[in-house]
Amino acid sequence: MDGKQFKTTITSKHKLFDLHLRETFRYRDLIFLFVKRDFTAKYKQTILGPLWAIIQPLLTTVVFTVIFGKLAKLTTADVPGDFLLPGFLFYMAGNICWSLFSSTVEVTSNTFLRNRATMGKVYYPRLVAPISAACSNLISFAIQFVLLIGFLLFFVFTGRAVIRVTPALLLLPLLVLQILILAVGCGIIVSSVTTKYRDLAMLVGFGLQLWQYASPIAYGLELIPPSVRGVYLLNPVTPIVTGFRYALFGFGFFDPGYYLISWGVTLLVFFIGLLLFSRIERTFMDTI
Amino acid sequence: MSEIMIRVDHVSKKYRLGQIGGTTLRAELQRLGARIRHKEDPTRRIGAHVYKKGETFLALDDVSFDVQKGERIGIIGRNGAGKSTLLKLISRVTAPTDGMIGLNGRVASMLEVGTGFHGELTGRENIYMNGAILGMSRKEIDAKIEDIIDFSECRQFIDTPVKRYSSGMYVKLAFSVAAHLDSEIMIMDEVLAVGDMAFQKKCLSKMNDVSQAQGRTILYVSHNMNTIRQLCTRCIVLDHGKLVFDGETEEAIARYMELGGASFEKEIELNTASRRRGTPRKVHFTRAEIHRENNIYSSEESLDLTYTLDADADYDDIRLMMILFALDGTRIGKTESETFSVRRGVNEIPVSVPLEGLADGQYYFEIGILQRSRSFGREMLDCIPNVLPVNISNLEVFGFRGDRWWSNYWGHIMLSPIRLLNQ
Repeated sequence: MDGKQFKTTITSKHKLFDLHLRETFRYRDLIFLFVKRDFTAKYKQTILGPLWAIIQPLLTTVVFTVIFGKLAKLTTADVPGDFLLPGFLFYMAGNICWSLFSSTVEVTSNTFLRNRATMGKVYYPRLVAPISAACSNLISFAIQFVLLIGFLLFFVFTGRAVIRVTPALLLLPLLVLQILILAVGCGIIVSSVTTKYRDLAMLVGFGLQLWQYASPIAYGLELIPPSVRGVYLLNPVTPIVTGFRYALFGFGFFDPGYYLISWGVTLLVFFIGLLLFSRIERTFMDTI
Repeated sequence: MSEIMIRVDHVSKKYRLGQIGGTTLRAELQRLGARIRHKEDPTRRIGAHVYKKGETFLALDDVSFDVQKGERIGIIGRNGAGKSTLLKLISRVTAPTDGMIGLNGRVASMLEVGTGFHGELTGRENIYMNGAILGMSRKEIDAKIEDIIDFSECRQFIDTPVKRYSSGMYVKLAFSVAAHLDSEIMIMDEVLAVGDMAFQKKCLSKMNDVSQAQGRTILYVSHNMNTIRQLCTRCIVLDHGKLVFDGETEEAIARYMELGGASFEKEIELNTASRRRGTPRKVHFTRAEIHRENNIYSSEESLDLTYTLDADADYDDIRLMMILFALDGTRIGKTESETFSVRRGVNEIPVSVPLEGLADGQYYFEIGILQRSRSFGREMLDCIPNVLPVNISNLEVFGFRGDRWWSNYWGHIMLSPIRLLNQ
């Protein structure tokens, strides 16, 4: 029996990469509404509202500046001799990148569990959920980015910082996109596995914390001894964060080779994620 | 005209036992250990049905049927018969293990109470949310929003966060969204149970309406045979994952009853049955034994049974009483026995309860023991609700063989025929 006369057929078989991209596009209103829901739900019944998107990285940055900068006196240079930048700007740039990454991983890794009520009842392209989660984090990031630019201009005009405007500035959107792809990739891998084993969900928060220490967020790349730096740079987040600072401030560390490796890892993670996701999304309701 | 909207073609759904429900690595290891030592799975839920066939059970077993455009199909079966699994497959929530399902149109399921609603959002925002989850675009919802709000009867609260809504309002809103969707196929899973009577009626007539006027196809799952009767043009009966009947609604319901929808016990243990509180139980029921092998009667017959009563002393002013209920809880009437006496200890009281005048349908009784005492007039010594299920099935309705009794319109009593006086 073939199903040619039907608009939709459902069988046990599925293609390796069946992502329903066209369908996902048809549900763009749903993505928009999910983003809006996340946003309203997050800030309803709070006095400060979306200001919280700013307060959090701001406080973290202040704490970093005090603890790692003033007390621990860790270097804020990615390459030797490069410390014209106030620690505050350095930490803030790293922090907003990291918080975009970690919050996206955290939310997308919960995709199936968080949405099982609706997903267990109706069909909509499952990718809608991680995409909308990434989008709402991107909005928070945008707010934080504007704040960062504000501080940057303030520091520059008061003569407390010197920056260089280079063509690398054009890399910024690409870097942000890469953060999202990497984060969504990690997130959906975890979410696919957690439909059966919840253990990994416990690991996410803790793992992210460890990962942060393995990335140059609280310190400059300079801190890492040259003997292990080769390995250290294989962490896909490292070239992204240093690249982000390089693009924004005009100096620091940027190595095209490692950057390409980072992209390679990002895409690999993303495709493994999609592969698992498209396998799991058809039957996850049976095991969740 | 006839156009196939849904084809379910040899569909099976297999579940692996012991993996239903989320597990942890530890549970998985325990299970593995148990399997190696040939012990019982320690993580299996106690009392869970074991449909063992190797390590799997078939929630759906080779089910096939077609649904035409505009049909309203009822899906009935006992708990665990595979109804919800079937709906899940059709609504693409999970994939079949075998077979194919073809759909010619969008499927909309009504979301359960609370799901798809976000408590912090207002009713209006939730309509958009819910509609979008069900696959409507913003424009479509814009066009329908006023109708949806009107139908939901929630206009007054539409800009209030839904966390302040009552559960009834949730249902009304959820149903309204689903009913106004432009989907060709609509799935309703026992959802009307929560709304009040008036709204239930409104929903049923709306469903009738959309299927007749717009040619939408409806799949409806319910244990409430009355709503099935009112809505469905055809029914499918599932039992243990197999399709056992596909056809006319009344026949399907009869088939379902046979399957034990109302189970028959010849000997009924009453000693431990749940009772109305506050009865002194000086004399109480311990057992009832029915004098036949099934509980399907015609209204000419009588329900013959023997009650066993236990008395703490001799009494000579005892009466039995029985109140008859229809399946939906409607009280039909009451009967009493004459006064009789019981001796201290066990007493066997054979009785015969005439079922005269009862129309086709399912009924049950509330039984009680009365004492006509001098001081209080009468006192209830023991009272057990919801026992002795009885199925009435008459061959004739007012002399017409095989005619059907419409209890939603005509009630439960077939009154004596009108006598024509001048003949």
